[in-house]
Amino acid sequence: MSKNGTNGQDAPGVVGSIKVKRGLAQMLKGGVIMDVVTPEQAVIAEEAGAVAVMALERVPADIRAQGGVARMSDPGLIKEIMQAVSIPVMAKARIGHFVEAQILEAIGVDYIDESEVLTPADEMYHINKHAFKVPFVCGCRNLGEALRRIGEGAAMIRTKGEAGTGDVVEAVRHARTVLGEIRRLQLMPDEELMTYAKEIGAPYELVVETKALGRLPVVNFAAGGIATPADAALMMQIGVDGVFVGSGIFKSGNPAQRAKAIVMATTYYNNPQILAEVSENLGEPMVGINVSSLPQSEQLAGRGW
Amino acid sequence: MKIGVLALQGAFIEHINMLQSLGVEAVEVRLPADLEGLDGLIIPGGESTTIGKLATRFGLIEPLRHFAAEKPVWGTCAGMIFMAKEIGNGSAGRDQPLLGVMDVAVERNAFGRQVDSFEAELAVPVIQNGETRPFPAVFIRAPRLVAANGDAEVIARLPDGTAVAARQGHWLVTSFHPELTNDSRFHQYFLQLVENRKQGTGYRELAG
Repeated sequence: MSKNGTNGQDAPGVVGSIKVKRGLAQMLKGGVIMDVVTPEQAVIAEEAGAVAVMALERVPADIRAQGGVARMSDPGLIKEIMQAVSIPVMAKARIGHFVEAQILEAIGVDYIDESEVLTPADEMYHINKHAFKVPFVCGCRNLGEALRRIGEGAAMIRTKGEAGTGDVVEAVRHARTVLGEIRRLQLMPDEELMTYAKEIGAPYELVVETKALGRLPVVNFAAGGIATPADAALMMQIGVDGVFVGSGIFKSGNPAQRAKAIVMATTYYNNPQILAEVSENLGEPMVGINVSSLPQSEQLAGRGW
Repeated sequence: MKIGVLALQGAFIEHINMLQSLGVEAVEVRLPADLEGLDGLIIPGGESTTIGKLATRFGLIEPLRHFAAEKPVWGTCAGMIFMAKEIGNGSAGRDQPLLGVMDVAVERNAFGRQVDSFEAELAVPVIQNGETRPFPAVFIRAPRLVAANGDAEVIARLPDGTAVAARQGHWLVTSFHPELTNDSRFHQYFLQLVENRKQGTGYRELAG
């Protein structure tokens, strides 16, 4: 029996195990996690059928527009959002900023996103996520990066995409890269695995496990640039377990309607008839930024090591 | 025997994998027509608000109620909330559609937030067949049963007495996630309910 965080009582069992951390992500599969900046937006997201919300002060599109250092959100705002909805609430900490993560754990968020959307606090090291009871999700662009994060204790992975652009091209690139590398790994003879692990900078045991499973050992969502129901269904058909939608909803003309449509598209991703129906009359999508027009220095996906 | 798993959102693949490992045909259910020809249905863990809203938008509530009146249904976690006639605490007053078939009342997120999610060894006499080996139960932002009415019967409790699983005729609910373990005894127990129903025993009227 161990003591735990938020309810101040002895838990009836073992808390913070790998199984319960990864398990929550398993319950989010097939769902949409939406960025929200106010309790009112959180309620709209829950009403639309979001499986969780990401509590933020600024969505990535605004972080991109306003510049400056992007940090963890005000814990007061995150708590207000936690009180407004019954679904899980996630919040972001800067890469390597384990004190921000400690604060988020102390207020009882359900998942921490160690996120490249915020300005990194450490240019060498990510957070040791095993040290926390709260689970972490981390971004990746390829299999090596995904397995390094899992090695550090991430209980969920999201492909990075390019947040705040409304351009899905990077989300596609990163999802195809990770899933393609897993498919190639499955064809490799076992004697090649150690050298492959060395080449991609991944823990050997996780390479072996990924080969055996034919998928990442944790749930894998897509993120970064998803703005329409068709974008969400595209990512699902490519093979991810669910989607994060950041700026795409609340930077659009009719957020409630678009949020609902993206939720339906994520469930019925294989049914073009339903996808056509839910894509009708959604109003203006968010104004996009073509990723290929962004200078390297303004691309967020390169953050993280 | 053919079992459906409601695949609107959540951990449906895990249930399908477990059923297939037991040699049972398992299919995903997303639309009313998918219920055709099934002998039983599992409603998986996920977010109960999401599952309820999608079921409403795609006209699944009534077909699922009719199915449940005739055939065995098992809800795990979110599925348990969805099957209950009553929910309280934290979700009161919210627009959360329920199937509302089983005579139980549940409390959502009854153990706290994710940092309070836990694993525990559970005594469940109906699946232990006289053995002492407990069931490895995984509770994730789990609900609990606050009341079992009518002929609904609590079949598992935590050591402090909290009710976490119940059966009523051919309906089964669990707060925890047998599909996240390697222990198939709960799935086998459900398949037995399905078999009994096919044999014509264990039928119950859809109450109210």
